[in-house]
Amino acid sequence: MTEPVLSVRDLCVEFVTRRGVLRALDRVSFDIGKGEVLGVVGESGAGKSVTGSAVIGLIEPPGRIASGEVLLKGERIDNLSPERLRHIRGKRIGMVFQDPLTSLNPLYRVGEQLVQTIRTHLPLNAAQARERAIELLAEVGIPAPERRIDGYPHEFSGGMRQRVVLALALCAEPELVIADEPTTALDVSVQAQIITLLKRICRERGTAVMLITHDMGVIAETADRVAVMYAGRVAEIGPVRDVVSRPFHPYAAGLMGSIPTLETASERLVQIPGSMPRLNAIPVGCAFNPRCPHTYARCVVERPELLGRGERASGSHDGAGAGHAVACHLYDEPGVDAEALVQRDKVAAAATGSAA
Amino acid sequence: MLAFILRRLFQSALVLLCVGVIAFALFRLVGDPVNQIVSIDTPFEQRQQIRKDLGLDDPSIVQFGRYLVKAARFDFGISYQFRQPVSTLIGERMPATLELTFMAALLSLVVGIPMGVYTALRRGSFLSGVFMSVSLIGVSLPTFLIAILLRWIFSVHLGWLPSFGRGQVVNLGWWSTGLLTVSGIKALILPAITLGLFQMTLIMRLVRAEMLEVLRTDYIKFARARGLSDRAIHFGHALKNTLVPVITIAGLQLGSIIAFALITEYVFQWPGMGALFLGAVQNVDIPVMAAYLLLVSFIFVVVNLVVDILYAVVDPRLRANMQAA
Repeated sequence: MTEPVLSVRDLCVEFVTRRGVLRALDRVSFDIGKGEVLGVVGESGAGKSVTGSAVIGLIEPPGRIASGEVLLKGERIDNLSPERLRHIRGKRIGMVFQDPLTSLNPLYRVGEQLVQTIRTHLPLNAAQARERAIELLAEVGIPAPERRIDGYPHEFSGGMRQRVVLALALCAEPELVIADEPTTALDVSVQAQIITLLKRICRERGTAVMLITHDMGVIAETADRVAVMYAGRVAEIGPVRDVVSRPFHPYAAGLMGSIPTLETASERLVQIPGSMPRLNAIPVGCAFNPRCPHTYARCVVERPELLGRGERASGSHDGAGAGHAVACHLYDEPGVDAEALVQRDKVAAAATGSAA
Repeated sequence: MLAFILRRLFQSALVLLCVGVIAFALFRLVGDPVNQIVSIDTPFEQRQQIRKDLGLDDPSIVQFGRYLVKAARFDFGISYQFRQPVSTLIGERMPATLELTFMAALLSLVVGIPMGVYTALRRGSFLSGVFMSVSLIGVSLPTFLIAILLRWIFSVHLGWLPSFGRGQVVNLGWWSTGLLTVSGIKALILPAITLGLFQMTLIMRLVRAEMLEVLRTDYIKFARARGLSDRAIHFGHALKNTLVPVITIAGLQLGSIIAFALITEYVFQWPGMGALFLGAVQNVDIPVMAAYLLLVSFIFVVVNLVVDILYAVVDPRLRANMQAA
């Protein structure tokens, strides 16, 4: 693998509150390569959005990056001055937010917002910037862009607005696009269009994408690799096909087992018992231990490291690479076929669902 | 847009008609006008004659029609107190009041908006704390107390500014202005501050609250994520959105500045309409009172119309609604 576009190493984000320091991200590591789509999934509050904000340097006080590194093409960006970081935002990293209805300033024409962003990052005059804006709108599939560029956001539908948002994120040909729930606020048919568009553009330009979502369907369709987050930690990361069909982590297995399918047509959806711990009450050891069916002594004292299957024996700490890595002690236990155990859970869960 | 303005004009006319009814009713409610004119021992026949000459025996609706027609030509009758046409009296005093209220409004906007923006952007800084405390004083102290305090400090103790009157006035046709002479400007400072201070603090607090609200929105977050400069975000994207509700309040407040001008004019013996109105109330000078009522409501209605049009200029979404309506 060549040098990744984005490399996050042991990133910790803390929020200092009156009741103490809350750790929203706890040693999160992952890489995204050129043209690769990394899906980030997890429940609400698992730290998906915080990860995106931390990468782009938009963690607002009282939050702060406590430790760890964010590298963009090998260059450290988490410790840059606000002014230098601003030049990276929009230029080298683009971001797309969840709700296209509120992401655009209602008082400015779409073209004004595009031209302003283009001219912030590229040395173009007003006419050239406008030309580029029209090209961008055409590229994201806005019909009659030379006319629509003078429209106001409220004159666009939700899907069209998300295309405009995408065009805004792509203004300066960023190397990385962070898409934070880009389809959650859209209806299903429009979702598919936006996802297809995002995928096509990134393939054509070789842009790396960090796709944050809780929609497993979107992940399965779009992502090359997927990271499963739980309570501010990466529980499992690997190629999307492997993680969806053969999850290693008990939490990931539960997550995949809870996807409703038409074939099993169950009356009750499968749930993982319990709920994610609050940030001020994350258990010692593995954060998932209170809900895990396989918890044993080691899980409640020692935090499992994120390690690739092949790396376990060597004990090296680089689980974030291209392989399939999991943070679970079961895989270190001699004589335990953890994979079979977890697979059985997933099947059993699905069976309970359809029986109920 | 034109249809919208026409509809608003029609509504405005309706409002003014209602105020006209109230103004006209004043003449009826506050006793018989003939009694105001004649002396106690005027014989009955003579009274009847005056009544007939003045058209007071016509049906009310006819009299009301006549009143409106005359009011539309700025003929509000003769003041009982001054024995002069009301329109002349008001015409003489209106420039003083309008200059005062205009300066007060300008002061409150020019100082209030930047202070609001500053306190929103630099939350928790020392200067913000000072502004917020001062604004609390401005909101809670009554106008007359501020006026007396200002006079005590700047006129009595320091002797920098005059404590009453309008200073030297220059006549430009029918408009007399105090803005062209040093003494006129000096005389304007204290009353304008007195009148504008409350509005200024109100606008500052409003701008601050709105700005904080806008800074939390998604489009500001998205603007930051696109790497726009702080200046472009704060003064382009955020401030413009902040000003939408501020325009409404500022417009309505302009009306109340004119109303509050009564007290300020009285304290500073400012020769404006407010002083004229207070004199009219004391002397039951109904034509003046009625004309003042009509005039103030006319100003209110015009200001509201302007605010609505400004709204459409700032916010494109409203423009669309207007076209649809």
